[in-house]
Amino acid sequence: MAIGTEIAQRDAYGQVLVELGKANKNIVVLDADLSHSTMTQFFGKEFPDRFFNVGIQEANMVGIAAGLAATGKIPFASTFAVFAPGRCFDQIRMSVIQPNLNVKIVVTHGGISVGEDGSSHQAIEDISLACSLPGLNVIVPADAVETAQAVRLAAATEGPFYIRLGRPKIPVIYDDKYQFQLGKAVTLRQGAAATVFAVGIMVNAALQAADELSKEGVSCSVVNVPTLQPLDEVAIVKAARDTGCIVCAEEHLVHGGLGSLVAQAVARHQPVPMEFVAMTGYAQSGKPAELLARYGLTARDIAAAVRKVIARKAA
Amino acid sequence: MATTATDLDAVARRIRRHILTMIGKAGSGHPGGSLSAADIVTALYFRVLRHKPTDPSWPERDRFILSKGHAAPALYAALAESGYLSIDTLVTLRQINSCLQGHTDCRLTNGVEMSAGSLGQGLSYSVGVALACRLDKLPSTVYTLLGDGECDEGQVWEAAMSAAHFKVDNLVAIIDRNGIQLDSWTKDIMELEPFAEKWRGFGWRVFETNGHDIPKLAATLEEARAAKGQPKVVIARTVKGKGVSFMENNPDFHGKAPTAAQLEQALKEVG
Repeated sequence: MAIGTEIAQRDAYGQVLVELGKANKNIVVLDADLSHSTMTQFFGKEFPDRFFNVGIQEANMVGIAAGLAATGKIPFASTFAVFAPGRCFDQIRMSVIQPNLNVKIVVTHGGISVGEDGSSHQAIEDISLACSLPGLNVIVPADAVETAQAVRLAAATEGPFYIRLGRPKIPVIYDDKYQFQLGKAVTLRQGAAATVFAVGIMVNAALQAADELSKEGVSCSVVNVPTLQPLDEVAIVKAARDTGCIVCAEEHLVHGGLGSLVAQAVARHQPVPMEFVAMTGYAQSGKPAELLARYGLTARDIAAAVRKVIARKAA
Repeated sequence: MATTATDLDAVARRIRRHILTMIGKAGSGHPGGSLSAADIVTALYFRVLRHKPTDPSWPERDRFILSKGHAAPALYAALAESGYLSIDTLVTLRQINSCLQGHTDCRLTNGVEMSAGSLGQGLSYSVGVALACRLDKLPSTVYTLLGDGECDEGQVWEAAMSAAHFKVDNLVAIIDRNGIQLDSWTKDIMELEPFAEKWRGFGWRVFETNGHDIPKLAATLEEARAAKGQPKVVIARTVKGKGVSFMENNPDFHGKAPTAAQLEQALKEVG
């Protein structure tokens, strides 16, 4: 995967599942009638005996996955981010998290870049719900390379995972040498004036914002935080110390996601001014790029937030 | 293992005494639905299940999954009588730092297969366990106990549909059909009838039996286990609070502990 090539994260997920299925007969996959969209269909074609399409039954899917995990299987359960945890929060809580079972919930179509299907299908609360569950590893990869590695790591790591992917094709930002580490933030750009923490598609936007700002002589750090739970508090506190102000950017509600998590870490260890580039309510139908512009989730919005937070730091 | 009807009756009586004593000591809990399930767990643990109390994670074991988690005292009593737990542990029910939680917690209690308490989740979980056993070609059968009120939950019917779709025939659901849920009679809160026809309509083979005639219940469970090609359900007609006159068919004792005087009276009646 060459840097800059546009690849959908869900395509990478579908390919890695097949690779994992070949290597380990305990990998099983479940879907709730969305296998052509989540791309679990390829695993289903290759391993029909280990693929369970449960129909439109998200709650049942999570329960079956838990039972499979309790009996030694490594289940990957997939649907859209609006439906898990949304349609099956209590099933995840009681059947998976409380007994700490080895279930991997991988959702696609996160955020408003879902586009034309509209607000019913645009998950903007899922990260908050997922991070409210103690012991759940929550990952929001920034591109297809990170997606592939996160899925492989989840398969190899005992315990429950929630991995949130997007729908559209997005640019690859990592080269093949990149190594995803659970619970570690990744500094992509080093600067002195501010730090931008970002997840998912906002990582690429943050890199563009840093380019734009550097033309004005403003150097800022860009840090990808692919693991939201457990959070890399050490990296966050260090960035707060080094740059003295922070912007958080996410395709999610401002409540309960990356911004809230970073704010809590910063408030506890190193309070600094913060700005938030995130959603404040539901969006609507439209093309992904139109929606991201309309709801303030672009490189330009991040750059404006950086200018503002630097001004607050100086005040 | 108890084999004669007399032996089984003696075990069931001890299980009822444990249930009442545990809940009385705890001062809270669910006696009604635990007593209605007492003969069911007796038939399972002392007649039907292939299990090894000394090796709770034996891969080839049959699984008993308690979906109606509030009947935890019935399960704990059966586990103690089978040798998974010491009898002395039972009186710690619901106390801080006890391994016996108010609703089942599989992380803490030897022999408990699933954490339950939020109703409607056990049958889905059981479908997953049964599918995994089938993939691994294990001889295990999964027995899952649901409350009748629990069948109000939509997830039960999702699981029922999927078990038939995937032809999960190493699964036997058991319904504790005591006719009472927390607020009142099931027929007044949410009508379940025609109950057997609902299960048949969802692709299950249905067995109906008296849930307090232990030898007959055990024979029905064994007949259900042997039937192939589709999932099976045993609707066990029971009496909520069975064995204690003032608890029988009394919705008040769904989730209320007996007082000291009531406990004394109840133990006298159970014998």
